[in-house]
Amino acid sequence: MGLIFQIIRIATPYLFAAAGGTIAERSGIVSLGLEGYMLTGACAAAFGSYYGGTVWSGILWGALGGTTLAAIHAIATIRFRADQIVSGIAVNILAVGTTRFALRVAFGSSSNSPRVPGGASGVLEIGGLLSIVFVALILDTTRFGLRLRAVGEHPEAATTVGISVNRIRAIAVLASGALAGLGGTFLALDQHQFSDEMTAGRGFIALAAVIFGRWQPFRVGAACLLFAAAEALEINLQGTSAIPSQFVAMIPYVLTIVALAGIVGRSVPPAALGKSGH
Amino acid sequence: MKALFPVLVGALVALVVGDLLILGVGQSPAEVYRLLLEGTWGNPYGFAQVLYKATTLTFTGLAVALALRAGLFNIGAEAQLALGGFAASVMGLALPAGVPAPLAIIACIVAAAMGGAVGGAVPGALNAWFGANEVITTILLNFVVLFFLNWVVTAHLHVAETVHTPAFTNGTVPRLSAVIPAFRGSAANATVLLAIVAAVVTGWFVFRTRYGYELRAVGLSPDAAEAAGIVLPRVRVATFTLAGALAGMGGTNFVLGYKHYYEDGFTGGAGLIGIAVALAGRAHPIGIMLAALAFATLSQGGLAIHALVPKQMADILQGVVILAIAIASRART
Amino acid sequence: MLSLEAINKNYGTVVANRDASLTVATGEIHGVVGENGAGKTTLMRIAAGELRPDSGRVMLDDRDVTGWSVTGAIAAGVGMVHQHFMLVPTLTVTENMILGREPVFLDRRRASQAVRDLSESTGLAVDPDAKVSDLSVGEAQRVEILKALYRGATLLILDEPTAVLSPPEVDDLWKVLRALRDQGSTVILITHKLDEVMAIADAVTVMRGGQTVGQFKTSDVTSADLALAMVGRELAEFFTPAARVSNGAPVLEVDNLVVGHEVDGVSFTVAPGEIFGIAGVEGNGQHELIEAIAGYAKVTSGSIRRGGTPIERLSVRRRGELGIAHIPDDRQRRGLVLDYTVAENLILGRERSFGRVRLDRMKMAIEAQRLITAFDIRPHDPRRLARTLSGGNQQKVVVAREMGGIRDFHLLLAAQPTRGVDIGAIETIHAHFRLARSEGRSVVLVSSDLSELLALADRIAVMLRGRFVAVVDRADASAEVIGRYMAGAAA
Repeated sequence: MGLIFQIIRIATPYLFAAAGGTIAERSGIVSLGLEGYMLTGACAAAFGSYYGGTVWSGILWGALGGTTLAAIHAIATIRFRADQIVSGIAVNILAVGTTRFALRVAFGSSSNSPRVPGGASGVLEIGGLLSIVFVALILDTTRFGLRLRAVGEHPEAATTVGISVNRIRAIAVLASGALAGLGGTFLALDQHQFSDEMTAGRGFIALAAVIFGRWQPFRVGAACLLFAAAEALEINLQGTSAIPSQFVAMIPYVLTIVALAGIVGRSVPPAALGKSGH
Repeated sequence: MKALFPVLVGALVALVVGDLLILGVGQSPAEVYRLLLEGTWGNPYGFAQVLYKATTLTFTGLAVALALRAGLFNIGAEAQLALGGFAASVMGLALPAGVPAPLAIIACIVAAAMGGAVGGAVPGALNAWFGANEVITTILLNFVVLFFLNWVVTAHLHVAETVHTPAFTNGTVPRLSAVIPAFRGSAANATVLLAIVAAVVTGWFVFRTRYGYELRAVGLSPDAAEAAGIVLPRVRVATFTLAGALAGMGGTNFVLGYKHYYEDGFTGGAGLIGIAVALAGRAHPIGIMLAALAFATLSQGGLAIHALVPKQMADILQGVVILAIAIASRART
Repeated sequence: MLSLEAINKNYGTVVANRDASLTVATGEIHGVVGENGAGKTTLMRIAAGELRPDSGRVMLDDRDVTGWSVTGAIAAGVGMVHQHFMLVPTLTVTENMILGREPVFLDRRRASQAVRDLSESTGLAVDPDAKVSDLSVGEAQRVEILKALYRGATLLILDEPTAVLSPPEVDDLWKVLRALRDQGSTVILITHKLDEVMAIADAVTVMRGGQTVGQFKTSDVTSADLALAMVGRELAEFFTPAARVSNGAPVLEVDNLVVGHEVDGVSFTVAPGEIFGIAGVEGNGQHELIEAIAGYAKVTSGSIRRGGTPIERLSVRRRGELGIAHIPDDRQRRGLVLDYTVAENLILGRERSFGRVRLDRMKMAIEAQRLITAFDIRPHDPRRLARTLSGGNQQKVVVAREMGGIRDFHLLLAAQPTRGVDIGAIETIHAHFRLARSEGRSVVLVSSDLSELLALADRIAVMLRGRFVAVVDRADASAEVIGRYMAGAAA
């Protein structure tokens, strides 16, 4: 059904970013920067596609863009033990500024890039769904995933068995950057351009999905689809519905707040989340 | 002073990165900085604009700093600011025509404070009594509030073809240009005095009163505070509510002093920059005012050097400064 | 054979180990005993490679392994099982076991089977697929031991293993340890429970104040000898009996108090002008008992009465107004706001007396000066941050506030008031306790320092596993008597 494809399309950036957020937060690092990684990825993808001429160079650069910004967050919080929340906010502001600057310098405009080749029809959508599965598999079946889960719950215990907590967290954060960057890539390539702040808070919705899904990949994926469905509903009912669009847009956020307040079961994050160092 | 080290590092890093960016677009740093200073502190209009922007930033900075002193992160200053501005405009529209001006102004300011207070009370209560992390709830509420206000305005209260409410006349605050002709054309208005008063009063509250003593104890050593009989949830909710009120009052700058109506999006990121202001100002009223001036200068200066360097450079520097301060603050321990 | 020679270890100004030496023969069960803070855990962590000594040697079978890493120790077959489990609660037993040495692609079934095999061969029964958070404490401990064995440990160090076990679980543990010894492994047991050491160990080393004071074969000594060695010191102070033991209405009545799992039915009364001591090794419920009386641990059942009024439901602040003062056992976390000045800390909890809105700084300064002088808080500067003071002076700030501050008290709850405090400060604090008693005030003194109790208390209760196992008048008390009760043996 067309509706299902529509929902998946809308959900793709959320799925990518939320998958990344899940893996980073499960390792104990707060992922406020998902929005920034996504935005940077979108910009890098547009540039990559424009200068490289193909969709694939766009995808590659998009992932790299997100990863680069995530690297900054990783260095600040893991190497320098800076506060993870402040760093996440800073990184988001940095993303907005840098992408605007790049737009201005390269294209002379402060709000959009020219049309870029795009529309990697289907590949990225599938990628979004796969990223959730991918993260689930890694966490559950691989050695790295086991260590990552230990690091996020009880880093001291992990250290006593010789695991490098910092290294695992760094890898997780970089991965989250790449994945969120791909989410942004989809946005840019789908709309065939990059525009200022085009992520419009999707990174935060993805984070909301991670929390709402209690940091478990399949639940998180379901949350993304749920939020996307609400959005699709709103688009399709535009003008006809009694519920104003703004209220539909609020749904993901309100649901997550309710979840956090423990009204819908206790939401227990990874025990070491947000605590730099061990 | 030890406390200034992170700020100095932040300033230094900003200078270096700024230089690199300027050189990157083929300009000379010296030239650009000269132009920036001329466009801000070097001419009356520019200076007035700096004052205008710094006013709002002072309020949001205070809002973040107050919460910080109690050990809480207030990322919701943006929503609290919007709620305050909206409440002020509603009050301005609702006031009957005959109310004397001073009373009308006070009524609007109080309304702004209360609007913001609501925006602070909700995440505060969620944190204190439900244990919900205030960072996430304030970020989420930012979106909820902004959507809500957008709906209220577009569905019910807007002037046709715009996204702002009707203008009101009673309860407006005079521009500074009325007293200082050189400031003509600038949005700077008497609210700047309110900002200074707010900073002084907040400082007195935090450092000189019994409430402030308990607030700081909760932020520094919650276990010891609890052992001393201080009721943690109560202090946390009250602090967050007050912080929201402060941010809300910031809304009077735009609504009472500049446009005389509420406009969707007038906050322009001031809530987020307030975080930078609070950090750079070391959560101290004097520091906050100075930091607000600094960031306002950066923002206004960006416009002045627009021809040479994209003003977006200012945005980059904001992020860089926050990051540098965050790293430097930890590097010492 | 493991031997530690002349180990010294300092943490800043705190001396953890001083010239400590011990020798453990292969294939024996060796107990290391001492009070809390005696340095047992530090010494063993040095042996296990988690800490480096400042000086001294660690020898394993004639090989100098001083300063080796945990990985090196594990490779050599030395494994430590900590008092606080290093298990990830959300993972299963198997996952915790293989953490750090997993096969590349986790084959759950194969790993589970390996764990099951090991479990059977050692007699340590565990369910490989259970989540650690679902396990009982005894089961979790078995997993920790299995973890060490899985990594090839032939020398096991166990830190206070029975602290959290019930008596039948303790017996199971003994069976396992004996079996391991019979198979040729060596076991070192860190504990403060003398009866257990006598029951299971072949040899024992006694530690006190960071030093090793003696090494014996358990067949050559009695637990009473060990108690004396653990605890005995020259009594620097003489006991001065109370000028009058008042027969007025009791200041505090505790009736069948139950607090969670820690306090299991405690009853006692405190008379005015009395110092009531509570002896016992830390961890037997004293902390929770005091917290319940002070007001921030919830009472499960039973009553606490102050001057006849039940206070179990009153807030901390309200109890303070009723004349209850409290010196918490953790001064840095509970007693002080470290980043406040001395003056600010001296009014903590009493700030309302210094201003309804505006804080009267003049009044604060006067108060601070008064207390700094009366309690000899050094340096004599009210503007110093509490963080910069030495441990003894930090404690004096807390004591000054609670005992000499603006809010008067009738009952002082003092938990480990002189722990980590230098001799001079101890004398000051003790003098103030005696002064309070002579003025008709009462003190409940919880201390694991027996000499302190013997110097100050009119009566001494011994707390063990959440109950009072004895209440002894000072006239009948001595180090041996109390020590035996503390050790869990009948007098």
